Amino acid sequence: MKINFVLNGLPKTWVIAPGEMFLDTLRNHHITSVKRGCDSTSCGVCTILLDGKPVPSCALLSIRVDGHVITTVEGIASEVEKIANHFGEEGADQCGFCNPSMALTVYALKMENKHATDEEIKAYLMGNLCRCTGYIAQHKAIHKYLGDES
Amino acid sequence: MKVVNKLHPSVDGKGIMMGRPAYTDDLTEANSLIVKVLRSPHAFAKIIKIDTSRAKALEGVEIVLTHHDFKRIPFTRAGQGYPEPSPHDKFVLDEYVRYVGDEVACVAAVDEKTALRALEMIDVTYEVLTPVLDFEKAKGNPSIIHPEPEIHEMFPIGFDPKNNVAASYEMNVGTIQEAMDKAEVVVEEVFYTQACAHAMMEPHTVNARIDVMNRLVLYSATQTPFHVRRILSQTLEFPLSRIRVIKPRVGGGFGGKQALHGEMFVSAVTIKTGKPSKMVFTRNEVFESTYTRHPMRITMKLGSMKDGTLKAIDCHILSDTGAYGEHALTVFMVAGSKVLPLYNKVDAVRFHGHVVYTNHVSAGAFRGYGAIQGNYALESTVDILCGKLGMDPIIFREKNMMKENETSPIFEIMGEGTAGTAMNMDSCKLEFCVKRGMELIGWKETYPRKQVSEHKVKAVGMAIAMQGSGIPYIDMGAATIKLNDDGFYNLLVGATEIGQGSDTVLAQIAAEGLETTLDKVIVYSSDSDLTPFDPGAYASSTTYVSGNAVLKAANEMKRQLIQEASHVFECTPEEVEYDGETFLHPEKNQKITLKQLSNRLYYNHGQKQLMVTESYVGTKSPPPFMAGFAEIEVDLETGEVDLTHYVSVVDCGVPLNPKLAQGQVEGGIVQGVGMTLYEGVHYSTKGVLATNDFLTYTIPTRDEIKRLTTEFAESYEASGPFGAKSVGEIGIDTPPAAISNAIYNAVGARITKLPITPEAILRAIRTGGTS
Repeated sequence: MKINFVLNGLPKTWVIAPGEMFLDTLRNHHITSVKRGCDSTSCGVCTILLDGKPVPSCALLSIRVDGHVITTVEGIASEVEKIANHFGEEGADQCGFCNPSMALTVYALKMENKHATDEEIKAYLMGNLCRCTGYIAQHKAIHKYLGDES
Repeated sequence: MKVVNKLHPSVDGKGIMMGRPAYTDDLTEANSLIVKVLRSPHAFAKIIKIDTSRAKALEGVEIVLTHHDFKRIPFTRAGQGYPEPSPHDKFVLDEYVRYVGDEVACVAAVDEKTALRALEMIDVTYEVLTPVLDFEKAKGNPSIIHPEPEIHEMFPIGFDPKNNVAASYEMNVGTIQEAMDKAEVVVEEVFYTQACAHAMMEPHTVNARIDVMNRLVLYSATQTPFHVRRILSQTLEFPLSRIRVIKPRVGGGFGGKQALHGEMFVSAVTIKTGKPSKMVFTRNEVFESTYTRHPMRITMKLGSMKDGTLKAIDCHILSDTGAYGEHALTVFMVAGSKVLPLYNKVDAVRFHGHVVYTNHVSAGAFRGYGAIQGNYALESTVDILCGKLGMDPIIFREKNMMKENETSPIFEIMGEGTAGTAMNMDSCKLEFCVKRGMELIGWKETYPRKQVSEHKVKAVGMAIAMQGSGIPYIDMGAATIKLNDDGFYNLLVGATEIGQGSDTVLAQIAAEGLETTLDKVIVYSSDSDLTPFDPGAYASSTTYVSGNAVLKAANEMKRQLIQEASHVFECTPEEVEYDGETFLHPEKNQKITLKQLSNRLYYNHGQKQLMVTESYVGTKSPPPFMAGFAEIEVDLETGEVDLTHYVSVVDCGVPLNPKLAQGQVEGGIVQGVGMTLYEGVHYSTKGVLATNDFLTYTIPTRDEIKRLTTEFAESYEASGPFGAKSVGEIGIDTPPAAISNAIYNAVGARITKLPITPEAILRAIRTGGTS
């Protein structure tokens, strides 16, 4: 079957198999920025933006993407670069496997709530696990990005 | 120092966040066969019959492999140097399966769906055997987990498989009985630690292909690419010269990727079919079928004088290595060798015990590697002793702990599976770490506890810890530096970046040594064809061992550059002045820039490629030290513990990249916090791991981590590159003891089993004792 949707600003028509999850669809199309870390929507590394909202793509049936707007880090490169600069300054990136998904979630947070408090940041990113950093450096970097005027 | 001890963002962080293909599965060849493994449903069984005909007949199935397809060559997946201190007790596939999740057969098919269907079509008849699921009943159990005759130790490690013993060890300093008899106060406690999971975000992933030179090329998310190459060659009897292992970016390891897990299968499939293949572990497989931390029962006995002079330490450990003996002896030994020297003024130390096989998933390397288990027992027992002495635990530690320029006889006795190396603590700022940590946590204001509301108590607790920096006289790291035209360099290292920042830190060391800037050093790591050897990312070795190799290479490159400039100036090298950019002959007033010199060497005069390789083997393993302080709030009605603040003051020598070093410490702290409070491991009575995903095995989320304060002591380790020691593991060691000491200070109950759950705390409060 076919789905029509917008990926990073460009209209796409992709053939999918019945029951296919969108994480597999994306990776089959070489969108490798979206990672697989678990199979139970609990780690967050497969996050994409569906109409601007972060969702785990490992549990999103590809058919449900039909007619929607999908964003991955490739679609918001200049914002990701800013987030990456702050992460770099805070030493908040280690293995990086969760970082594209982190960048998407942080970007979505900024769109929703530029003045997020520490508690709001934690609540918004609760689904994004990280085993490397201890989280504190990430929160410092995220605060700085939210405070950027641009 | 211009480049080291300075903030530099990691060299690849931005590219990774921007989503550029970097990890093993991003670099899979198109149309790779999908490799899946049929896993044992039984904790212990013998395969009587295995029929793969239905699976092989399924359209899209390329190959099905069982133990009949492999020559019986025992090996160890441990991923260590050679000869390994782990017993050779594993076969790629075997007629026995020894835990739920052990490998029965392997399928390669055109897609995942077909591979999974094929697994269901393999008919296996098992003779189910009685498993050993209680490690305290393993030794001498009538059920022998490894009855096969071919398995062996590589050198004496106390290997006794007929009694389910993978390794045994005993060492003595002084005479323990005599010292205990003389002690005025003796305390003893038994502690249990659990089989934690590494839970790195990237699952184990590997892929293989045959290249145009007819060689086997693997991309692997491994911590030990060179060991992988060697072990593959030995075990599959495939020429070492025809294997290339490339480690791309790795999404976290923490020891879990030191071993070989999928490499044997994709290699066998690709060698036999000639086709590319890949294997990506499911999260369940990562939990059930890779590695855990070694669970231990630790009996710790301390003897002291009434004035708080510690006289004797007696430590017995029973360690559970699971189905295979990977890292059995070495993790066990580190529980002593990187813990007990903390109290170096005692008259006697005994450290002994066994590592037993059980029918659980295999235990292996995991950050902290024995030290965290031993530290929990020792540092908890020190507080128990202080309670009995009526002595402040800080004063006790300040009196008895290791100090600068001191040593411990244990260093010479205990190494990693063999004898150790005597060394003095040329850098040890533990006293400062303790003092500063007290200030930062507000020890005097809170110790031991403060009632904050009717049913909430705030308390503090602390622990000290040490680690090592590489394995002396065993592990060699090497580095190559190549000069390019335009005056920039390639740095080629075998050292294995797995997210800890080693590419960045090693490039900083090179840039500092070459007196250049970080952008002029292009680092490439861990490719068995292209980079020099390195044992890999383990034993807290990269900054110290590989870093020293990089510094040696940088110094040699600079020497050769100055020599080349002296040819230009027609003078002796001693007359040349160099600032990293321009060579100068002051008397002749001659100048040539590095850019001009490198272009001249490529294209114009005396043409040559400048390229140097240097190696380094440590002659000691200088320990980093730290003091960890926990501030908690305990809810007396629910038993819940809220970790409100954790303070780490660390002596890692000079932190070469302070922010990345802080990240290593804080990441370690949070993993240690997880082990202490959250990461429960549960098996069914049949040996099925119940905690096999992120819903049931709960690692700390950002909600539990309230406040971390991390500082570095001013310290300089003269033998390290620009004064550095290791920092990768030290952070994980203190939380179990510091938090459980804080819990004791809060509620007056000692929890001796990890993780410390609210239920255990409530139980202990109600019974007024230990739990």
